[in-house]
Amino acid sequence: METIAALLDFLPQELVTVVLILIKIVAILLPVLLAVAYLTLAERKVIGYMQIRMGPNRVGPKGLLQPIADAVKLMFKEIIIPANASKFLFVLAPAISLAPALAAWAVVPFSETLVLSNINAGLLYILALTSLGVYGVIIAGWASNSKYALLGALRSAAQIVAYEIAMGFALVGVLMAAGSLNLGEIIEAQRGGIHHWFFIPLIGLFLVYFISGVAETNRAPFDVAEGESEIVAGFHVEYSGMAFAVFFLAEYANMILIGALTTILFLGGWLSPFDGILPQSVLSIPVLGSLLGSGVHWFVFKTSFFLLLFLWFRATFPRYRYDQIMRLGWKVLIPVTLVWIFGEGLAIALGWKPWQ
Amino acid sequence: MTFVQFLFYFFAAIQILAALRVITVRNPVHAALFLVLTFVSAACLWILMEAEFLGLLLVLVYVGAVMVLFLFVVMMLDVNIAEIREGFASYAPAALVVAVIMVIEMGMVLTHRIFNVRPPLEKASDVSNTEAIGRVMYTDYVYPFEIAAVVLLVAIIAAIALTLRRRPETKYQTPIEQIRVRRNDRVRLVKMKAEKKESGS
Repeated sequence: METIAALLDFLPQELVTVVLILIKIVAILLPVLLAVAYLTLAERKVIGYMQIRMGPNRVGPKGLLQPIADAVKLMFKEIIIPANASKFLFVLAPAISLAPALAAWAVVPFSETLVLSNINAGLLYILALTSLGVYGVIIAGWASNSKYALLGALRSAAQIVAYEIAMGFALVGVLMAAGSLNLGEIIEAQRGGIHHWFFIPLIGLFLVYFISGVAETNRAPFDVAEGESEIVAGFHVEYSGMAFAVFFLAEYANMILIGALTTILFLGGWLSPFDGILPQSVLSIPVLGSLLGSGVHWFVFKTSFFLLLFLWFRATFPRYRYDQIMRLGWKVLIPVTLVWIFGEGLAIALGWKPWQ
Repeated sequence: MTFVQFLFYFFAAIQILAALRVITVRNPVHAALFLVLTFVSAACLWILMEAEFLGLLLVLVYVGAVMVLFLFVVMMLDVNIAEIREGFASYAPAALVVAVIMVIEMGMVLTHRIFNVRPPLEKASDVSNTEAIGRVMYTDYVYPFEIAAVVLLVAIIAAIALTLRRRPETKYQTPIEQIRVRRNDRVRLVKMKAEKKESGS
């Protein structure tokens, strides 16, 4: 970064800062978007193998160029704007659903030093931004001027709003345990080996958070937004071509974000599970030591595990009925979080902190 | 003009324009969306003033929750725009009076020494403002805070009680009962002797 700053020395200081931030944003978003593209391939391959099929294997070696072929195909398709649709909002909606999913990466710590913006209220920022994603759904449904799209938007928006509450309460438990809203400090609070990670003392909140995350992203088994057997697609029924693909990208970007956040909040982010367990002599072995020690590779590994869970759920579970989704959100997950937070508060008041 | 000042004027301009559009735009859904834009730019201004906790809370509560429900209602209503605009001239004087009173009140708050408004302090301590607000809220202002919480709770219960309508004639499913059902509740295995085939049929 210093070398780039030195190269840009002839520019005014403020412009240099802006350029540096832009470079960092690109450095984060390019891998994220690449991961989104290859997550679609991974999904088809993983579900294929689970169902004893091959999955896509025609484009490129082992089907590795399939996402690129898909992107090219979608880009050259015509975007049809329905008659009497609110044109500006119709085009804006996909962008609104994708933007928060990408903007949230600004505060995600990839390793001890690798974070774009290490702000105090990082957790609140994430919560605020993920709550904005629902606007993409609502605006898309309304702007399409279609009854199917409107009804689909209403049901998936109601689902997202309902599960957001359970998600927020799960985060409250995490910040009580960590004593901070800063994501880096939340990870630091889990330092000292796998038994210090929050998923053990907060197992209930961990499960609630991940289940709500699956429901928030409208993924199977909560994917009533596109329930083929009941309604025609849902809020994005009138979209075609790249506009539809952007909704798709937003869904996958949100999946990766939920995986990364679950990792940070409950599984110690970039911390190694052997941290504090293995002696220092093992960690100083050249290659093996850096592999077993903390670092960005653990973050990627844990996030990938949660992404696999997303795919696994889709291949395994049948879709929930809509009233059961609402019941699970309001009558099961929210009471669980309330009781858990109360118990955690008692534990803190009594000075009994199992996570330390 | 520093970069921060530029950002301030940028967000302030968006906020004022969006607030104007809220009351001038014809379509109620568009008006609600402009209100969302107003809230977001207000949040940006607060964050610019280093009140990041309040700014993010504004986005979380008003934009993420309140306005979503607001949009739900506005989208589902069959609003006749021409009918609403009919009485504009007759409402205008009353609206003007309210607006003038609000301007005077805000002027009093901003200028009068009784209200004692000071410019934001320069970084009072190394405590983040989330922590600072939390400390004040749970120590000095703990009773007002709890009274506000109780009032909100009463409001929630009242809203539910007012809208709750028991309709015994509607049929609905109870998932708990559905899950509890065992085979024996629904199917009865009847043993019967094999009947003789009638001859000649």
